[in-house]
Amino acid sequence: MDSDVTSGQGPLFSDPDPDLARAFFRTKRVALTEKVMSAREAVATYVKDGDYLASGGFGTNRIATALLHEVLRQGRRNLSFAGHTTTHDFEILCAGHLRGPVLARVDAAYIVGLEARGLSPQARRVMQSGDVEVCEWSNYALAVRLRAAATGVPFLPTRSTQGTDTFRYSASRTIECPFTGKQVAAVPALYPDVAFIHVHTCDALGNARVEGIAVADADLARASKRVILTTERIVSVDETRQSPQETLIPSLCVDAVCEVPYGSYPGNMSGCYFSDEAHLREWLEVERDTAALTTFVDRLIYETESFEEYLEASGAKDRLPELVNIEKGT
Amino acid sequence: MADRAYNAIELMICVASRFLEDGATVGVGTGAPCAAAMLAQKTHAPELFVVFEAGGLGPELAAMPISVGDSRTSHRAVMATSMADVFEMCQRGLIDYAFLGGAQIDAYGNLNSTVLGPFEKPAVRFPGSGGGNDFASFCWRTMVMTEHSRRRFVQSLDFLTSPGYLTGGSSRYEAGLPTGTGPYRVITDLCVMGYDVDGRMEVRSLHPGVTADSVRAATGFDIGISEGVAVTDAPSVDELGTLRTDVDPAGVVIGRGS
Repeated sequence: MDSDVTSGQGPLFSDPDPDLARAFFRTKRVALTEKVMSAREAVATYVKDGDYLASGGFGTNRIATALLHEVLRQGRRNLSFAGHTTTHDFEILCAGHLRGPVLARVDAAYIVGLEARGLSPQARRVMQSGDVEVCEWSNYALAVRLRAAATGVPFLPTRSTQGTDTFRYSASRTIECPFTGKQVAAVPALYPDVAFIHVHTCDALGNARVEGIAVADADLARASKRVILTTERIVSVDETRQSPQETLIPSLCVDAVCEVPYGSYPGNMSGCYFSDEAHLREWLEVERDTAALTTFVDRLIYETESFEEYLEASGAKDRLPELVNIEKGT
Repeated sequence: MADRAYNAIELMICVASRFLEDGATVGVGTGAPCAAAMLAQKTHAPELFVVFEAGGLGPELAAMPISVGDSRTSHRAVMATSMADVFEMCQRGLIDYAFLGGAQIDAYGNLNSTVLGPFEKPAVRFPGSGGGNDFASFCWRTMVMTEHSRRRFVQSLDFLTSPGYLTGGSSRYEAGLPTGTGPYRVITDLCVMGYDVDGRMEVRSLHPGVTADSVRAATGFDIGISEGVAVTDAPSVDELGTLRTDVDPAGVVIGRGS
C-alpha cells in the first residue's frame, strides 16, 4: 500500500477524449424523433459485440431487466461493463457465460454480490476464472467518471481512493491541485457506447421521469453515446411539456423507448412494486449448480420470447399483486 | 453467551448505537449498522440524520431496507437524490459517521472487501469497494461492526480496498485524504476498539465476561489492551426492548446472532 503510487496500473477500457465524444454526439439527431420499439429491436439495433455497456439504477432497484435478458437471447459477446453496485443486473449477464463470454472487461466498483442477500456463485465463477479483465473503482469514482463525461471534460478530481489498492488497480492518476497544492485523484471520463435505464414514465421522444432516487442515471444518460430506455408507461409529449422541470433525462440523449410494465422485476420500483426476494433467492440457489442454472435460464430467458413471457414463466404474474402491496405499505 | 439476556449481534447493535449522538449525520448500509442507527433514533438520538449512498437522505426508517437503494431508504425522506450528491456531501465534510465492512481488517483499520489471493486470478472475488472507499475517505469518523476472529483481524491484508490510517502516523493525510478523518471505533462480539495516537487499534472496553486473552487469541496482530481496561455496559432492558419491538420485530438482523 505505497501511498506514493501516483498512477493506477489498471486498464482503461474506453477513450476519455472529449473531442472523440463530441464528434459522435454531433451526429446524434434524435431530440424530436419518435423512437418507440420493442426491447428486442432496441438491443438488435443499438448493441454490438464488443460494446461498452452500462446499466442504470442500483442493482436490484429500477433496473432494465428486459434489455439485459435480450443481451443474452441475442448472444452478445465480448462486452465491457460498468459496475457501480451492479447486483442482479450483473448476475443476469454472468448467467450468459454458460453459453459464451458475454463480459470481457469490467470496471468494477461493486460486483458479484447482491448486498445483504449474499454473493452470486455464478458471478464469482466468472470473475474468479481470470478470463475477464478488471479495473477497480469505488462507487463515487465511477459516478465521477460518468459526471466527467456528462460534463464534456476528460477527467474530474476526487479525494477518495487515494492511498489504497483500489487506486493502484484503477486507471486514475494523482495530480496536484494548481490552486491549493493538495493531491487529488484524477478519474478519466467514461463514455459508454450504450446505457440501459428503466424509468417510471417517458414520452415517445424519450423525455423521462423517475420517482425516488436517481442514483447516477442523470449523468449516465448524458455520458452514453446511445441510451435505451425501458419505461413502466409511455405518456404523451404534452404531459412532458406541461411540467418540463420533472424531466430527468431529455430526449436528445435517448435512442430508443420500450414500454415494459414491471420492467424492473425482480427488482424494486420505487412507489410501484417491491423486489421479489423469493425469486432473487431462487437465482442464488440454482446458481450453486451449473446444470441447474442452465436449466433455469434456458426455461426463463432463452426459451421465452419476451419479458412478458418471462413474467409468466417465472411465476411473477402471481406474485406481483403482493409485491405491489408491500411497496404501497412501505 | 447462551446464558445472557441478549445475543452477540444485539450487544453489538446496542453498543454501536451509543456512539451516534443526537443531531449527528451518519452513512449506513443494510443490516446491523442500519439497525444501530434506527435504535439510536428511537432512544437517545431522535434527530440523528441517516443517509444512504444510493440517494436516500433523512428517511423515516419504518421497515428494514434490504438494499441500500431500495425504496425503504427514501421512505418519507427529506430528499431522494443521486449517489454523487450523497458522496459529495461526505466529501464536503457534512457527514460525521459511516459504517464500513470487509472480509479483512488490519491494525490500522484498513479494510479488504475485494479479493482473497492474487488480484489477477483471485481465490475469492468479493464485491469490491462499492461506496466503502468513499465513505472511508470522506467521513469524519468511521466505524466497523464485525465478528472477531483471526480470519478477519489480520496482520496483512490481501488487498487494501478502503483506507484506515494506512501505515499509521500521518500517512493517511500525506496520501491526499482529508485532514482529520479516519477510523474511530471497531465493535465486535468480544470488545470495543479505538485507535492510539499512531493510528493503531487498541481495546477500549471488553464485553461482559470476555477476557483480554480471548481477544488476543482472536486477533492476528498485536493488539493493545491496557491493565484494568473498562468493561462494556451490557444492553439495557430499554435498548433491548426497543431493538426487538420497534427496530427489527421480524428478527431479520438480530435473529441470526449466536
